[in-house]
Parts: sequence; C-alpha cells; structure tokens
Amino acid sequence: MSRRSLLEIRNLRVRVNGQEILKGITLAVYPGEVHSIMGPNGSGKSTLAQVLAGREVYEIVEGEVLYDGEDLLLMPPEERARRGIFLAFQYPVEIPGVSNLHFLKAAVNTIRKQRGLPELDAMEFLALAREKAKLVELDENLLQRAVNDGFSGGEKKRNEIFQMTVLEPRLAILDETDSGLDIDALRVVAQGINALRHPDRAIVLITHYQRLLNYVAPDVVHVLYDGRIVKSGGKELALELEEKGYGWIAEEIIGSPRS
Amino acid sequence: MATPTNIIEELVNREYRYGFVTLVEEEVFPPGLNEDIIRRISARKNEPGWLLEWRLRAYRYWAKLVEEGAEPRWANVTYPPIDYQAIRYYAAPKRRPKSLDEVDPEIRRTYERLGIPLEEQERLAGVAVDAVFDSVSVATTFRQKLAELGIIFCSFSEAVQEHPELVRKWLGSVVPYTDNFFAALNSAVFSDGSFVYVPKGVRCPMELSTYFRINASQTGQFERTLIIADEGAYVSYLEGCTAPMRDENQLHAAVVELIALDNATIKYSTVQNWYPGDREGRGGIYNFVTKRGKCLGRNSKISWTQVEVGSAITWKYPSCILIGDNSVGEFYSVAVTNHHQQADTGTKMIHIGKNTRSTIISKGISAGHGQNTYRGMVKIMKGATRARNYSQCDSLLLGDKCGAHTFPYIEVHEPTAQLEHEATTSKISEEQLFYCRQRGLSAEDAVSMIVNGFCKEVLRELPMEFAVEAQKLLGISLEGSIG
Ligand SMILES: Nc1ncnc2c1ncn2[C@@H]1O[C@H](COP(=O)(O)OP(=O)(O)OP(=O)(O)O)[C@@H](O)[C@H]1O
Ligand SMILES: [Mg+2]
Repeated sequence: MSRRSLLEIRNLRVRVNGQEILKGITLAVYPGEVHSIMGPNGSGKSTLAQVLAGREVYEIVEGEVLYDGEDLLLMPPEERARRGIFLAFQYPVEIPGVSNLHFLKAAVNTIRKQRGLPELDAMEFLALAREKAKLVELDENLLQRAVNDGFSGGEKKRNEIFQMTVLEPRLAILDETDSGLDIDALRVVAQGINALRHPDRAIVLITHYQRLLNYVAPDVVHVLYDGRIVKSGGKELALELEEKGYGWIAEEIIGSPRS
Repeated sequence: MATPTNIIEELVNREYRYGFVTLVEEEVFPPGLNEDIIRRISARKNEPGWLLEWRLRAYRYWAKLVEEGAEPRWANVTYPPIDYQAIRYYAAPKRRPKSLDEVDPEIRRTYERLGIPLEEQERLAGVAVDAVFDSVSVATTFRQKLAELGIIFCSFSEAVQEHPELVRKWLGSVVPYTDNFFAALNSAVFSDGSFVYVPKGVRCPMELSTYFRINASQTGQFERTLIIADEGAYVSYLEGCTAPMRDENQLHAAVVELIALDNATIKYSTVQNWYPGDREGRGGIYNFVTKRGKCLGRNSKISWTQVEVGSAITWKYPSCILIGDNSVGEFYSVAVTNHHQQADTGTKMIHIGKNTRSTIISKGISAGHGQNTYRGMVKIMKGATRARNYSQCDSLLLGDKCGAHTFPYIEVHEPTAQLEHEATTSKISEEQLFYCRQRGLSAEDAVSMIVNGFCKEVLRELPMEFAVEAQKLLGISLEGSIG
C-alpha cells in the first residue's frame, strides 16, 4: 500500500509496576480500515488502548508509535485527543456534578480550535448534540445528567459512542464497547461506528465477541495473547476464535519455534 | 506525570491578580488602639453621641477580654499573636467625592481593574455597587433609582447621618458587641460598610453589592454591614473582597447583621478573594468575621452563600437565628484552601420558632498544605416543634499534604425535630483526569471542571452575574488565585 499509515506501532514494549505487559507489538492501521483486536482476559488489550491514548502510568520500555507520521509517544493525552484520537473506555469514568453536555461542549471546542474551526456556541452545540443523541438513541435526559454519574453499564457505553460521534475522531479505539450491551444497544453502537466510517478515518475495535463484527465488518482481526499479537487474519478468524476459544492458539505458539 | 497533585501545584504558581496597590493620598491614623483613637474615628464621621458611647462600651469590653487573654483560640487555625497596637485603625482617601462623577480617577481605575465599574450604565447594569476603599465608602451607584422605591442603599456612615433612627434601632441587635472578641473590636473601631433598608412589600429590583478593597498597608479593615428587610420585602446582596499582595498579615474583622421581618427574604452572597499569602504562607489577610441573620418574622428566610477562596486565615460562621414560625435558614458554602491557607468556617442554625427549617451545604476543597475545617452547629430549642435540618458536608482533597476536618455539633431539645447529616471526603482521581484529557481538555481545565462540579450545588445559588466569575475564580484560586 502506498498510502501512509494512520497508526504505526513498532515493537512496542510496555511495563507497569515493573511487570512487562506488552512484549513487542507491531501493527499498522491505514486510513479507512477497521481492525479488530481479540484476546483472552489480561492479555494486554486495554493496556495497548490506554498507551495509545497517553495514559501515564504505563512505562514505555521500547518501540515507537507513529500517528499520521508523527511521534505519538511524545504527545500528552490532550494533544492526542485534539489531533483526533478517541478512546471509548472499557470502564467509563464518572464525574459528579459536571453535566454531560457541558463536558462534551468543552471537549468539542478544544478539538475544533485545534482544527482551526470556530468554537460552537451553546445553541449550535445543542443542535449537534441532539442530532447525534438521536443517531445513537441516547436518552436526552442523560445529556443533562452528570458525566456517567449513576449511568447503567449500557448507558455508559452508549454515552461513549455518543461522544465519539460528536467528536468525529480520525482514529477511534473502542475498548469492549460491545460488552454488557443488550441486542438493541449493540445494533445502535454498531450504527454509531458505521456512521463514523470514512476513507480518512480508522477504527480499532477491541472485543471478545464476534457478534459486533456481524454489524461492523473488520478488515483485519488480530489476536493479542500474553502481550503479543500472535495471529492476524480476516473476518473468519473471529468466527474461529468464538468457536474454538484461545486454547488452540496457545498450542500453536508453544508448538512453533518462536524467537 | 500529570497527577492531580502536581497540576494543583502548577495552578498554585499563578499570580494573585488583584495584588496591586493604588497610589492615592490617604489620611491614616497612627498605629495603636485606645479611647482617643476611637473618639477620633467617631469625630471624623461626625457621629452622634450615642454611637460614640456605644463604641466606647464595646472598646472597654474588648480591652477587658484582651487583659483576660480571652482572644478565641478554639478554631482549628494557628497564627502568631496579633499585636493590636501595631495596626492602624483608620485609612481613607483624602479627596472625598460628593457625587459619583467626582470619584478620584485613580480609585475609579482601581475598581475598573477589579472588574467593578462605578458607572451606572455599565456592564453590571443590574447591580448597584457600594465601593469601600480601606476605611470608607467611596461611591455608591444607583442610589437615586433605588430611593424611588423607598429602598435605602448607602454607606454606613451616611446611614448614621441620614437614618439615625433605623441604625440605632437595629445596630447590635443581631450581633451585640459582647458576642465575641472580634465583634467587640469591630464595634469599637468600625469605620464604614453598607447599609440597606428595603421597605414593606418591596422587591428590590437589582442586586445590591459591596466591594471591599484593602489598599493601605499596616491597616485593618473593620466594616459593618446592616441589612433590614421589612415585611414582605426581598433583597439579594453580594459582597466581594480583594487586597494587595504584602508580606505582612492584615486584619479584616467585619460584622454583618441581617434582619428579616414577616415574609421577608434576604439572600446574602459572598465571593471572598482576599490576598491569601504567598506559597510559603507569608502575608495574607486574617479574615475574622461575624455574620449573623435573624429571621424575626413568620415565614421569613435568610440564605447565606459564600465562596471563600482567599485569605491566609478564614474564621467565619454566617448563622441564622430562626425565631419566626416557619422561617427558613440556608447556608451554602465553598471554601478553598491552598498553599498554607487555613479556613475554619461553617454556620450555626438556631431553631426557636415552630416549623423552622434549615439547610447546610458545605463544600471544602483543600490543596497544597491547606487546612480546611467545617464547624457547624444545629441547635433546636424546646418549642421549635417539627423543626428540620438537613446538613451535607463534602470535602475534596487535592494532594496528600492538605487536610479536611469536620466538626458538626448538634443540640436538640425538641423531640419532634428531624435532622439529617451527610458527610463525604473524596479526591480527584487520576482516572478522572485522564478521562477528561482524553477528550481534549487540558489538565488545568479538567481540574477546574471537576472542582466546579463538586461545588455545583453551592454555585447555582449565586446570582447569575457572579456565578461565572466565581467559577473562574475557583479555577484560578486553587492556587491562591483560582480563576
Ligand atoms: N495499572 C496496573 N497495575 C498493575 N497491573 C496492571 C495495570 N494495568 C494492567 N495491569 C495488568 O496488565 C495485564 C493486562 O491488563 P489489560 O487490562 O490490558 O488486559 P485486557 O486484555 O484488557 O483484559 P480484559 O479482557 O479483561 O479487559 C493484566 O494482568 C493486568 O492485571
Ligand atoms: Mg480490557
């Protein structure tokens, strides 16, 4: 492919509390693509997502990450967000007393500023928020409530997707946004993701289930196992994993001489 | 790494914005306190004999307390002994304007820099301002317009001249000079302040406000505010305060008395941003204030809202005495302590009448080495049947060198009373900060937003014009200059 990758991870090794969690990840994501990352609990999926978003508790031991050709690891988290990286959190955080709308308006406007666009005033923002809330079928009451405060598990996930559709990121990383959703919510989340799809944008879906992939067809599926990407393939890989679990991959790895 | 702690530290590095000094010729009394000084203050103000007598009685009472070593020490604050003989008790600009147009341009500029225009048609068109500069009021706007409704809004000194009967009737009726050490001192030496009277059935159409500015050095500010809402009247009043940055500690010992008669409502809001001292704790204002309201009438209501971000030490307990049946007292407070600031603040709700209700919402925020104490008393007297109180005290800690303390005292002599008390302590988590930053907010904005969210129930009680200012101030002052 001659086009430049949007995200390029080279041999990334990450430690937390002295323990190595990511043990050499290499991955390239091109504009327009949807990648899915699957893997057993504790394999390092969220760690990878959080490192890409700039969480500072993780120690980078080795490797580099380029975002749109620039060194991502040098940028503070807000800079990454302003340049279009969005992380839908596996566990969205509650911020008591801060209205969801107020929070998102501040986010939209810092990002617009970065893009050289004029800030949205209260009316313009409200119109945008209402439109997107409708798209992801988010109860309008949740807009007025404090960020994630007392939201149900499913409401929190839906709120993440709502934020994503409002912020229109170039690289969206969704960490198990499909977990704990009922069937309708799953469809809606998929709708939000599909609405974001665009030749200039890319999406990384971290998931345990291939059911989301029924709605959002990934270009590539990766298996993250014990801090390494041990297998990559097409959509069928997800089906195979769902059927057989991860055991066979473990055997494959142990069976094959890896360096 | 951007933890909540070091973001606060960065915020702390910001400068106090109001620390400048105005160069204006002032008449200042020599340092020291004695009967002669009190007579001179009284003479300067051309006061009637009864008022001088009252001052002198207060002074003698205070002097006795000093002799007995009875300066209060029970608050959870520490400071070296104050030398009351080293303080100047009067400082006033020499040029005294007769009307708004004659206000000294230097002083006018000072208030402009503070964001308080002394022109009536300006930005804060819905707000009448009494500007107190050191010991005297230098301007009061919208007096004419208010007078048409029978509302009296003027400096305390003018009230003494023009409405002596009202002043004499109510002065000291809520806070007698024997109330406490600093109230006694204030009663002896108070120099100015604001006076408000809203007549029967009148709803004051604009916010009334007083802006207190300390300018002269080695000077204390001792103002006195008296607000009377007659039957069925409504008034919303706001005070703001700033002072220059100095290495010395300056004393501000004010007294505020509120009186609400039948069906009257007084809403009193404070945004206190006195100079808090520097990062090492040098300098700053000692803010030792007595504020109290009497709900004398049936169905009357007094509501205190305070945002306390400045001062080296804050010692104040805006309180309500609920005498009239069905009367209501409210206290909404945000107190921020950063660096080496100390605050011991809270309220007293004394329930005397039947069906009296009170609400206390206190939000304490501590950062740096700041120490924040909530001290509150709810007292239900025998006969205050079905009295109710709800108290909520929340503390937010930013960092691990600061402290939050809560001392709720409850005294109930009435079996039909109902009280509820809730208290929480929390921190800004690294997860919250990261979540905000992942959405593009700077760490500073994130902290400011989270802090404002924490204080929301209090901030929404502020008049609109000031809510925005207060929110910004919180953003800044987490430094001793959140803004
Ligand atoms: N801050 C931390 N401190 C200590 N250990 C951590 C920390 N963050 C992650 N780990 C450890 O790193 C490993 C990978 O965790 P991670 O959350 O990335 O897994 P995951 O693949 O997302 O799992 P799941 O499917 O359960 O969400 C786990 O063993 C976890 O306990
Ligand atoms: Mg995970």
